[in-house]
Amino acid sequence: MTSTAVPAQVPDAAPASPTAPAAGEPVPGASMAPGTGRLPLPRPRGPLTAALLGVLVDGPPGADAAERLRPVQDAVDPALDEADGRVLRDDDVQLALAVLYELHYRGVHGVDDAWEWEPALLAVRARLEAPFEAAVRERAGRPACAETDAAGVARRLFELAAEDDGPSLSRYVAKRADAEQARELLALKSLYQLKEADPHTWAVPRLAGTPKAALVEIQADEYGGGRPGRMHAELFARAMRGVGLDDTYGRYVDAVPAVVLAAVNTMSLFGLHRRLRGAIVGHLAAFEMTSSVPSRLYGNGFRRLGHDADTTWYFDEHVEADAVHEQIAARDLAGRLVEQEPALRDDVLLGAAACLAVEGDVAAHALERWQAGESALRAPLEPVTVSPAPGEPAEDGDRPRA
Amino acid sequence: MTGEPRVRAEEVVVTACPDGPLLVRGPARLVDQEGNEIERHRATVALCRCGGTAIPPWCDGTHKVNGYRSGDDDGRSTASEAGTGA
Repeated sequence: MTSTAVPAQVPDAAPASPTAPAAGEPVPGASMAPGTGRLPLPRPRGPLTAALLGVLVDGPPGADAAERLRPVQDAVDPALDEADGRVLRDDDVQLALAVLYELHYRGVHGVDDAWEWEPALLAVRARLEAPFEAAVRERAGRPACAETDAAGVARRLFELAAEDDGPSLSRYVAKRADAEQARELLALKSLYQLKEADPHTWAVPRLAGTPKAALVEIQADEYGGGRPGRMHAELFARAMRGVGLDDTYGRYVDAVPAVVLAAVNTMSLFGLHRRLRGAIVGHLAAFEMTSSVPSRLYGNGFRRLGHDADTTWYFDEHVEADAVHEQIAARDLAGRLVEQEPALRDDVLLGAAACLAVEGDVAAHALERWQAGESALRAPLEPVTVSPAPGEPAEDGDRPRA
Repeated sequence: MTGEPRVRAEEVVVTACPDGPLLVRGPARLVDQEGNEIERHRATVALCRCGGTAIPPWCDGTHKVNGYRSGDDDGRSTASEAGTGA
């Protein structure tokens, strides 16, 4: 294990299991590839998540699932009232959504897999998603675009990304971040980056022709082009280990603020609903378009702090990869999709604008906290207790480039 | 199926991205001025066209911040016969 740092004040995430160990239970000392485990069971952040997590860890759903979920249903309206006007910043609502969505990814520690398709639980999710989607749409605004040809849509997407006036986290990291802030950056990003590309992969079976080929072309690169050691999620795990963080999937779920959960939930919302396939495509395009230049700055920041090529490999890889991906995503993916299905144009733009907005909220949050001399996490990381270990030697052909 | 060649050599396709790089797909061999192979790190690569990249010959997105204009309106593709290698 390369575990070194854990968030302070966050106890063992493992639930007390009265019976056999839950599926996905980590075996102490076992060497597990990053990202293969389940999301650790998060700590509740309010009455809604207290009720939800309580039901989910209490065995598989049965005929009485709807009955057992009644306390959760009862907690939804008060939680939404409480979150009114700030759904994207509400810890209780965002954590509930994150847990419900996670059932479709790696699952949640101590939660039976059968909950994923339990209709009564999906009904709870739907009640949370309606105001969540409304909030995402409001936050994204309504970017307009007159054209429906691939070149015109691509041009508009590049414009949106260029016009984005959100604060620059990458510039701060390049010039000013200290070692602790650099570690916090990776902890903040880890909730998504350890499953990097997965939310967009949901779109593959929902597309056809050129856009499908384009998405698979991008995703194949994201997943390492057939080499597990080059998967972007794996490169991110190496970076985490390099700064002395625990690269266990979801390890910092209790440490990240609501804005981080909201950013990941936005991808899950777009990715899991076929009707929003335009939005997940637009989200990917914007994500790629705002990655290559910032990645260079992030890499410079980590080099300035003395980190080696193994640790900065993740960022160096993204400088080159995303300069390719943004071109494919803008024209062959998003542009051609709008040509195929002109009715999806507004959703493509929505997805792009939503990506820029919610990711911008994360950046603004971190900068605000750091500039105030505070932690951007809900609880500061514990100091590094052993010297940072970059991990095992790279496999042949899977080496960082100097 | 008559008239279709049974085995078709894989084409190299270079796409000129407006105000951006040249995307290269297919088995193109990339060499430096001494003829040494330039290692490709991915199946599809983007070659810098603006001259501003920090990771030549690859694009690093700098064209978006240095005002580069390619002068072409659309991503026109040019295909050539297959090379070998890579």
